[in-house]
Amino acid sequence: MPTSPPLLQRGADAASPASSRAARARASLALVLGSPRVRVALLALAALASIALFLFVGITGSWDFAIPFRGRKVAAMVLVAVAIGVSTVLFQTITANRILTPSIMGFDALYLLVQTTLMFVFGVSAFTSVDSRLVWLGEVALMVGFAGLLFRWLFVGAKRSIYLLVLVGIVFGVFFRSLASMMQRMLDPAAFAVLQDSFFATFNAVDPAQLWLSAIAVIAVCVVALRLLPVLDVLNLGEEQAIALGVNHRRTVTILLVLITILVAVSTSLVGPITFFGLIVANLAYLIVGSSRHALVLPATIFLGVICLVGGQFVLEQVFGLGTVLSVVIEFVGGILFIVLLLRKGIR
Amino acid sequence: MISISGVTKRYGRTAVVDDVSLELGGSGITSLIGPNGAGKSTLLSMIARLLPMDEGTITVDGLDVVKTAGSQLATRLAVLRQDNHLAARLTVRELVAFGRYPHSKGRLTVLDREHIENALEFLDLGGLEGRYLDELSGGQRQRAFIAMVLAQDTKYVLLDEPLNNLDLRHAVEIMRLLRRVADEMDKRIVIVLHDINFASVYSDEIIAMQKGRVLAHGGIDDIMQNAVLANIYGMPIDVCEIAGQRIGYYYS
Ligand SMILES: Nc1ncnc2c1ncn2[C@@H]1O[C@H](COP(=O)(O)OP(=O)(O)OP(=O)(O)O)[C@@H](O)[C@H]1O
Ligand SMILES: [Mg+2]
Repeated sequence: MPTSPPLLQRGADAASPASSRAARARASLALVLGSPRVRVALLALAALASIALFLFVGITGSWDFAIPFRGRKVAAMVLVAVAIGVSTVLFQTITANRILTPSIMGFDALYLLVQTTLMFVFGVSAFTSVDSRLVWLGEVALMVGFAGLLFRWLFVGAKRSIYLLVLVGIVFGVFFRSLASMMQRMLDPAAFAVLQDSFFATFNAVDPAQLWLSAIAVIAVCVVALRLLPVLDVLNLGEEQAIALGVNHRRTVTILLVLITILVAVSTSLVGPITFFGLIVANLAYLIVGSSRHALVLPATIFLGVICLVGGQFVLEQVFGLGTVLSVVIEFVGGILFIVLLLRKGIR
Repeated sequence: MISISGVTKRYGRTAVVDDVSLELGGSGITSLIGPNGAGKSTLLSMIARLLPMDEGTITVDGLDVVKTAGSQLATRLAVLRQDNHLAARLTVRELVAFGRYPHSKGRLTVLDREHIENALEFLDLGGLEGRYLDELSGGQRQRAFIAMVLAQDTKYVLLDEPLNNLDLRHAVEIMRLLRRVADEMDKRIVIVLHDINFASVYSDEIIAMQKGRVLAHGGIDDIMQNAVLANIYGMPIDVCEIAGQRIGYYYS
């Protein structure tokens, strides 16, 4: 017997109008939320909301003092969110994995080592007499050269197992850190105090001159990254497919490593090392966006970073009355996520 | 014209592609057959500059694949590799659009969109274009990758076992499609196949490899012979004439 499709449809429509309206509303909500663009836009709104909350809620004294003071803090946090988020996503794209990040591979430990070495060689008087921005540029230049060599050797060409890379990263990190701490022991106390200031993740003491310089560096890197967006998506197909589509893989990866190094230097010099922050925001972004297109993932990562840092700091300061523990919370959550990701990879 | 002369690839001391010289020109379909480990994929990868060679040279329309800019080669030569697994999460349409990257560098023109539509339609992907690749069956995914390679619209197309995972109907449809593409659009398609009967029915010439060397290279009638096939695969294969085609029976 032939079936009749119209009859079937009439049956479905015959349900009570109210429940079908609710179903339709649910369906259209799912449709709207189902679009990655909408989800990124919602993240942008949430990021803006956390910035507004942080700036304006709970001001007790003079606004003239509070707003610029809080503004500097927010600016530093936004810069760090952009620097860590973008560097992590770029790094994970060129290494084709979602577990390793620049800080897990020892990038920021390397930055601390460069800083310590400069202090060790030139002394504290040189640091305080020379413009701090000049010192920073020197550090970044050294860092780009050094990290460029090291990590290009590691990631261009041969395919290496993720476990080997994690191991290498840990060994690098420990090595850079121990070397730095050995040199710090040999520094005079005044020099050590200047250095130590920059080694802990805190947004409370940010130098305005450095803020400007960092902003310029971050914007410049983002402009270059924006122009590379289509190539980044091609890199996501894997090294061989990218070469087949005509990408100069070696050159592109080198450029990206330079960008990543600059971003790591920016965030580490602003707030010190935060090892697992990039891991959290990048993986959340992949999860929420659902697509691997960089035009969506990169903004999502940045917005999530702003929400975590600014929103997190707001909640800790205003709700719990705690000032400086955000980095501890981030490291704790991120560390657990790292282990979970690593174990899942092992099971698969 | 793809010219391969004296190409050798070694891993350690064993040559997995051993002094191979071939000319692949004009339009048509060339099937590359041979047992597992014969060096077919290695040879294809070297032509597509995905793997460096130890000796010899390969040119595509006179352009040395080692020295020429990758972006220039990508408009002449497309390649589908044997195993395609993606870390990225993409829809079928997004993947196929990457085939246009060599031409448009990410900014799709009207012409690009036309190529994408055609490729989607040819590979019967109309209903699947919005789906994510990790939500597809193996054969559907394979068709999406073939669509990407065809959207690249190059004179030379290298396909490494494109019929992997495909059901009979889609396998036949794709071979027919490749036949049409080769004839109407004047392309040279080099295709690695394990089923000698697909090679026999749909291609113009067959190259047989074994242990890194070219064992035989010729038309269908030359290669589809009991003695030649037995030599290539090391087992008896009985070639019969069915519906005007030479078909090998190898289930005995
Ligand atoms: N990276 C490598 N290191 C060492 N040996 C390799 C490597 N890649 C391939 N080989 C060897 O080279 C030989 C040729 O491999 P190739 O993949 O070209 O074979 P194939 O003809 O494509 O086989 P199949 O039909 O199984 O795909 C094989 O013996 C293989 O073991
Ligand atoms: Mg193969």
